[in-house]
Amino acid sequence: MKKTAAFLCALLMAVSLLGGCSGNGEEQTPPADEGGEQQVEQLSGTVSTDGSTSMKTVIGALGEAFENANDGVSLSYNPTGSGSGITAVAEGRCDIGLSSRSLKQEEIDQGLTETVLAYDGIAIIVNPENTVTDLSLETIAKIYTGEITNWSEVGGPDSEIVLIGREAGSGTRDGFESITGTEDACLYRQELTSTGDVIAAVASNPNAIGYASLASVDETVVVLSVEGVVPSEETVKDGSYAVQRPFVLVTRTGEQLSAVAEAFFNYATSGEANDIISAAGVVPAN
Amino acid sequence: MKQKSKQIFEKVIHGFFLILGLITVGLVLLITVYLVVSGIPGIVNIGFFDFIFGKQWASTAAEPSFGILPFILTSIYGTAGALVVGVPVGFFTAVYLAKFAKSRTKELVGAAVSLLAGIPSVVYGLVGMMVLVPGIRKVFGLPDGASLLAAMIVLAVMILPSIIKVSLTALEAVPREYEDASLALGATPVETCFRVSVPAAKSGIAAAVVLGVGRAIGEAMAVIMVSGNAPNMPSLFQSVRFLTTAVSSEMSYATTGSLQSQALFSIALVLFFFILLINAALNYFLKRSREG
Repeated sequence: MKKTAAFLCALLMAVSLLGGCSGNGEEQTPPADEGGEQQVEQLSGTVSTDGSTSMKTVIGALGEAFENANDGVSLSYNPTGSGSGITAVAEGRCDIGLSSRSLKQEEIDQGLTETVLAYDGIAIIVNPENTVTDLSLETIAKIYTGEITNWSEVGGPDSEIVLIGREAGSGTRDGFESITGTEDACLYRQELTSTGDVIAAVASNPNAIGYASLASVDETVVVLSVEGVVPSEETVKDGSYAVQRPFVLVTRTGEQLSAVAEAFFNYATSGEANDIISAAGVVPAN
Repeated sequence: MKQKSKQIFEKVIHGFFLILGLITVGLVLLITVYLVVSGIPGIVNIGFFDFIFGKQWASTAAEPSFGILPFILTSIYGTAGALVVGVPVGFFTAVYLAKFAKSRTKELVGAAVSLLAGIPSVVYGLVGMMVLVPGIRKVFGLPDGASLLAAMIVLAVMILPSIIKVSLTALEAVPREYEDASLALGATPVETCFRVSVPAAKSGIAAAVVLGVGRAIGEAMAVIMVSGNAPNMPSLFQSVRFLTTAVSSEMSYATTGSLQSQALFSIALVLFFFILLINAALNYFLKRSREG
């Protein structure tokens, strides 16, 4: 399946490249035949990244845009998890490590540098009929682990709380559970497979609580403030909104990246790629 | 000369059709071999009994467990529930259309049934999610309506077209003479229908039911939207996960070669095994129906 998909993608890219060539050929490079290719210094090679599975969407989108903009480069992404990614970059097994948490002090001491690429803000959503408007991080954790089961316990109507979440493996679920400290302990009533489904399920059930990427929440549901802070691009970025985590690029301190990895790193963190990062549902840091 | 070129033409056409037929056979073989090859390692690594009879599924937990009994039972219960609701409705609709309906009504209902068959499953899921799930929540006073019951009802509607159409064909194929003879002996039209026509068409009707089972057990899109998709042991008002949705909801995340991905292929293999059983049953009934 994956191989076929990859093959189709490659085919599509090849076709679009051909299209691009024939279109540009006349305008940009008049003596295109032999000299053209050598005039521009071209990047080539592979940027290898390794780490956080939650960063799949954003790294995938950045990688695709980067590959499209530069002929002959490719980006490899090995979804192993933040911990393995940090180890991999420390051991020199990849160019850039990906982590969906900040580095610990001992990791920095080990000779690693973190550069925040983006912030992943997760909105806690309820049905518009619900009167609750604010919850603390601790209460949210208690709700999701089944310690609190009725809305009246947190100042809402007397009805059972229905927990809506995402399926195992989802980056949003992983993010939510790691921030609230409820890994593998959430007693979901529904495990849905897309952000849209979560929002629709919460919108249609007055008892429901759910979580979704901040960028994709719409007006059919109410976004709760957490610890009194309303989530927005600003509060996520300045760290005052609690249900958020950084997406970090990890590199080896003081060591020069390869030319192509350097180009990718600069491209991703320069602000040039902010639209792509936002489209992937997270808040760009630069 | 002309005769000869005609013969060659015939042969070429035969060969062409043969190749097309072989492509189909080849695809079935390819899928079967692929599923078996990629499904076996998971079962071996997890252990057959732990896998099939394990009650807990937690594929991404720190200490993962891969028991698919909840999925197997949910698929069986869900399909059975869909049959309990869908078969009587479908069967009596088919009897009515075949034996009692005026030709205009028959045309109209027939067109509606065909349309029902053509609705994409995601639309069933969406309507179920927006109408049926909140409806069940209100009617039964539950905290949430996404449940096995919702999935059963959606599946029942989805299998109606196959049950109605295949039963209808079987009922219409009953020789007119049987019914005439019964009527001539003084039986009423209703007696004739249920004592003569239906028994004569029973193999075809059984085939219709089996076809419905096949459709219900293989459906993923619509049930994932109404069943809640939490890996619980099945119960009517509980959120449940089917064999199909167990594969589809995690496949895109599972790292190739990991135990989780192997386990998902193994689930697909179990599902495939069920479908094979159903197909064997279908062939059996169809063969009996042809032999009369």
